[in-house]
Amino acid sequence: MGWAIALHGGAGAIPVDLPPERLEPREAALRRILQIGVSALNARCSPLDVVELVVRELENCPHFNAGKGSVLTTNGTVEMEACIMDGNSKRCGAVSGVSTVVNPISLARQRPLQENRQGLETIDESHFITTENIERLKQAKEANRVQETPVPDGDSKLGTVGCVAVDSLGNLAAATSTGGLVNKMVGRIGDTPIIGAGTYANKFCAISATGIGEAIIRETVARDVAAVMEYKGLGLKEAADYIVHQVSPKGTTGLVAVSSTGEVAMPFNTTGVFNFEFGTEETKPDRI
Amino acid sequence: MAGWAIAVHGGAGVDPNLPADRQEEAKQLLTRCLNLGIDALRSSLSAIDVVELVVRELETDPLFNSGRGSALTENGTVEMEASIMDGSGRRCGAVSGLTTVKNPISLARLVMDKSPHSYLAFSGAEKFAKQMGVETVENDYFITQDNLEMLKLAKEADSIVFDYRIPQVGYESCGTGVQSPIHMNGLPISIYAPETVGCVVVDSEGRCAAATSTGGLLNKRMGRIGDSPLIGAGTYAGELCGVSCTGEGEAIIRGTLAREVGAVMEYKGLGLQEAVDFVIKERLDEGKAGLIAVSNTGEVAYGFNCVGMFRGCATENGFMEVGIWE
Repeated sequence: MGWAIALHGGAGAIPVDLPPERLEPREAALRRILQIGVSALNARCSPLDVVELVVRELENCPHFNAGKGSVLTTNGTVEMEACIMDGNSKRCGAVSGVSTVVNPISLARQRPLQENRQGLETIDESHFITTENIERLKQAKEANRVQETPVPDGDSKLGTVGCVAVDSLGNLAAATSTGGLVNKMVGRIGDTPIIGAGTYANKFCAISATGIGEAIIRETVARDVAAVMEYKGLGLKEAADYIVHQVSPKGTTGLVAVSSTGEVAMPFNTTGVFNFEFGTEETKPDRI
Repeated sequence: MAGWAIAVHGGAGVDPNLPADRQEEAKQLLTRCLNLGIDALRSSLSAIDVVELVVRELETDPLFNSGRGSALTENGTVEMEASIMDGSGRRCGAVSGLTTVKNPISLARLVMDKSPHSYLAFSGAEKFAKQMGVETVENDYFITQDNLEMLKLAKEADSIVFDYRIPQVGYESCGTGVQSPIHMNGLPISIYAPETVGCVVVDSEGRCAAATSTGGLLNKRMGRIGDSPLIGAGTYAGELCGVSCTGEGEAIIRGTLAREVGAVMEYKGLGLQEAVDFVIKERLDEGKAGLIAVSNTGEVAYGFNCVGMFRGCATENGFMEVGIWE
């Protein structure tokens, strides 16, 4: 079998009739960043390196709710969180409440107690704030809403970015990064940095989920996909479909997943568009 | 209905040389908390109310590592975290980085009941506490002489101490043969937080709940979050069970230990004790941890793969047991 990779830029209430000029930049960015991941896999980089690299790119792109372009807290600030997990060792790292580190996923990857920590690039908080997000916060405050319910006429309010990858030997890794929920309370932690909720990888599969954090935490979405594969013997697609369509409440969850045998799955139960891309070594990288 | 059941714990991983009077103190506290829970269950309080009130008692007592009596951070301060989960509906609440809230578990409950979120941390959590009007105190309220001395030892040894009740000089003579250095997440530092507290309950309606609270690792970095506030790792409650874990945080997180008990019951059809045994045996790799669990059919179980776990359990049919060792 060859490698496989899937990445996402968030699942949510992007209406399917959003004007193309709003959808296009996101789709183009995902395609470009997919190629970066594909090149790395072809160069035999480890899946752990690949998912970090891809998520760094997604963080740097202002169209997604992670890194630059993160949605704003109720105070108008940015609080980012990220998580990365290696399937073989199940070693993992997570961070939350990050406001000056340019790439939170790289901070998550660093072992917190490592002696020779490499300096990570930090920057003034204003770097992460975009005019679109200032506008989103304004709208949310006017509606007196924290986006726990999807709004049908809105732009993408739910988002997170993530990447999962498997190499030809079946080594798996997952990474997720986000700015969280628009108008969230300061100090609110979502599903992204919680192992087993928004991010998980073991010897069976690697998962990165997105949607309404509170629901993903309660349903331990990422862990359960892998658990259903292991304990009920389901294949990846069956397991992912089961968790997303039978277990998770409608409108709350989307995920990308790859398995140790190179399967790919990306089910979602949200009403709008789910931005994702995937590729496998055997076929040309493509999008459903 | 099968009847209620309750279990409490005060941490997995106990100094085998713990003086007899400290053992007695611990057992008395566990017994007192168990009885508090039993009285509440007899008064028909729901599982979620019972786990909260028992953990409040454990936090208030300075003996174990939660609330007052929490282990100290590298700065000599206390940073507490907790989580609570209601099995019916699987609602949950968690907090981290608390420095003034007298009962972290109650703030976690308020996050669950009164906020739009599931998890609040640090300044945001403290701000929420003020809005909710919960009781707050100065940080030094939580600091005990015991813990000040342990921090001093840990700093002198320049490490985070595995089982801080063992004096450094005693390692070689310690019967359990503590390995050194102990690894976690590939690092040569022993990271172990004994004496996290927790409670799990199934009430007479068959509803399960779980709650966990801790000060975290001795000498921890500011901002470090462990397994106790992470749903699925340190705490979990669903239709079938309620679970609270304690031990090496990294191992519990990586093994999504609390959720695992529920997952094997749900997806493999194992009974409670089988599930607990399976998870402790198969899901901890080289990690050391323990857990307590109840099932919706009124069973109670516990398991641990280290030297000792402070625990107590009781069921409606009169069974009651408090213990430390195997």
